[in-house]
Amino acid sequence: MLTAQNTITWLDKFGDAIEKNKAYLSDLDTPIGDGDHGNNMARGLTAVKAALADKDDADLTTVFKTIAMALISKVGGASGPLYGTAFLEMAKASKAGTTDLPTLLAAALAGIEKRGGAEAGDKTMIDVWTPVLAAVQAGNLTQAVIDDAVESTKPMIAKKGRASYLGERSVGHLDPGAVSSGYLFTALLEVEAN
Amino acid sequence: MKKIINDPKDVVPEMVDGLVRAYPQYLKQLPDTEAMVRSDTASMAGKVGIVSGGGSGHEPTHAGFVGKGMLSAAVAGQVFTSPTPDQIYAAIKAVDQGKGVFLVIKNYSGDVMNFDMAKDMAEMDDIDVKSVVVDDDIAVEDSLYTQGRRGVAGTLFMHKVLGAAADQGASLDELDQLAQAVLPHINTIAVALSAATVPEVGKPGFELADDEIEYGVGIHSEPGYRREKIKPSKDLVAELLGKLDDSLQLDQSHQYAVLVNGMGATPLMEQYVFSHDLLDALAEKGIKPAFMKVGSYMTSIEMAGISLTIFDLTDAKWLDYLNYPVETIAW
Repeated sequence: MLTAQNTITWLDKFGDAIEKNKAYLSDLDTPIGDGDHGNNMARGLTAVKAALADKDDADLTTVFKTIAMALISKVGGASGPLYGTAFLEMAKASKAGTTDLPTLLAAALAGIEKRGGAEAGDKTMIDVWTPVLAAVQAGNLTQAVIDDAVESTKPMIAKKGRASYLGERSVGHLDPGAVSSGYLFTALLEVEAN
Repeated sequence: MKKIINDPKDVVPEMVDGLVRAYPQYLKQLPDTEAMVRSDTASMAGKVGIVSGGGSGHEPTHAGFVGKGMLSAAVAGQVFTSPTPDQIYAAIKAVDQGKGVFLVIKNYSGDVMNFDMAKDMAEMDDIDVKSVVVDDDIAVEDSLYTQGRRGVAGTLFMHKVLGAAADQGASLDELDQLAQAVLPHINTIAVALSAATVPEVGKPGFELADDEIEYGVGIHSEPGYRREKIKPSKDLVAELLGKLDDSLQLDQSHQYAVLVNGMGATPLMEQYVFSHDLLDALAEKGIKPAFMKVGSYMTSIEMAGISLTIFDLTDAKWLDYLNYPVETIAW
């Protein structure tokens, strides 16, 4: 179950991972995108951290909404609306009364799918979110599940976003959004472990 | 990387500030945003607002076309990155005169998503918003397996036509119909001689050898469809015009508007040489453009190359819209 407090910790850890891997994410984005995924995400997570600084006593819905608005207004590109929508949908689901992690993540994934119009197998962040959600629902999310999901995007042909213009030339590259989503779920595992 | 900048992170805010302060007669900046709105607010009264925008690096697009008779506002994102929904929403709100606001979006996944979210936000405030997604780049197949055709230099004609119609009092629904009618008749294709360098990235988006060119490159260094050795201007014209002819089925009984667009580093001298060859090649088909522009209007930072846009003027009114007087920095 998610609480305001563990969600703040979760995003804090996610922000640390993004900051640490900023250059790596932008490098991944260079051959199949436009080389800015790390910089854009780092700018967004810095804004999330600042926005959450005075939210220690806030409820879960407010925390999700704060995260969403910071990502939507600071990341730009495609990642801003996609990650922003994920947290906005979790805000809506939590407002309806749930704190259940699988329910929240399912709402988030549905939002990402609707916003971006991509499906599993299109070489996007959805290829990480889908198996991770299934594992969370089954109660057996591990780092190996996350790693396998991220790695699964390597042989795929991109069908959405800028990478899709490369067609078969996108094969052999990890999807940067899948990699950053992997960091999000690794951070979640760390929070769950505590 | 050799650029006239300060900190790469500050390029967009410093550019916007410089632009707005240099041209206060055309532009004013909305506080805490990189949204630029028409200064001449009286000229917007009672009319539908036209809002465009996208990543920076395409100057003079988009803010250069804000002014009486053309755009009401332009929103500048980070370099080659869509602006965010809150900023687009701020622009929508600032130009709405109670008649609704029309958005011109180029077909990139980021732009489409951010503008859609801004539209949702505006609708929650009871502002009517409609939009068109421009996808004039015929270098990309429109298929289920890609994002689809990209929005490139032909967007300039879309801005002009919609701006003129809005200035003459067209309603939001009429602008929507006009945009959908015009859209399939604007086609563009490009050739690149060298790549652009995004300041925060610091290295070129792709590598081309000194004697190599690439056909079909997009305005953010998206890959094209073929590489080969550099050729004389008339051969480049033959390639690009051939593609456009296949797509538009050029016909001497039609009227056409033509845009020869420099991508940033290509001098006007070369653009005029290209135009010379283009007009010869069109004349051989019995075509004399009814309207033509040559210049760097939709750039890709310092990319060298040219894009060619042909707009099939199937409705005579569209030519009037292109000729309609405007007061902007760059038209």
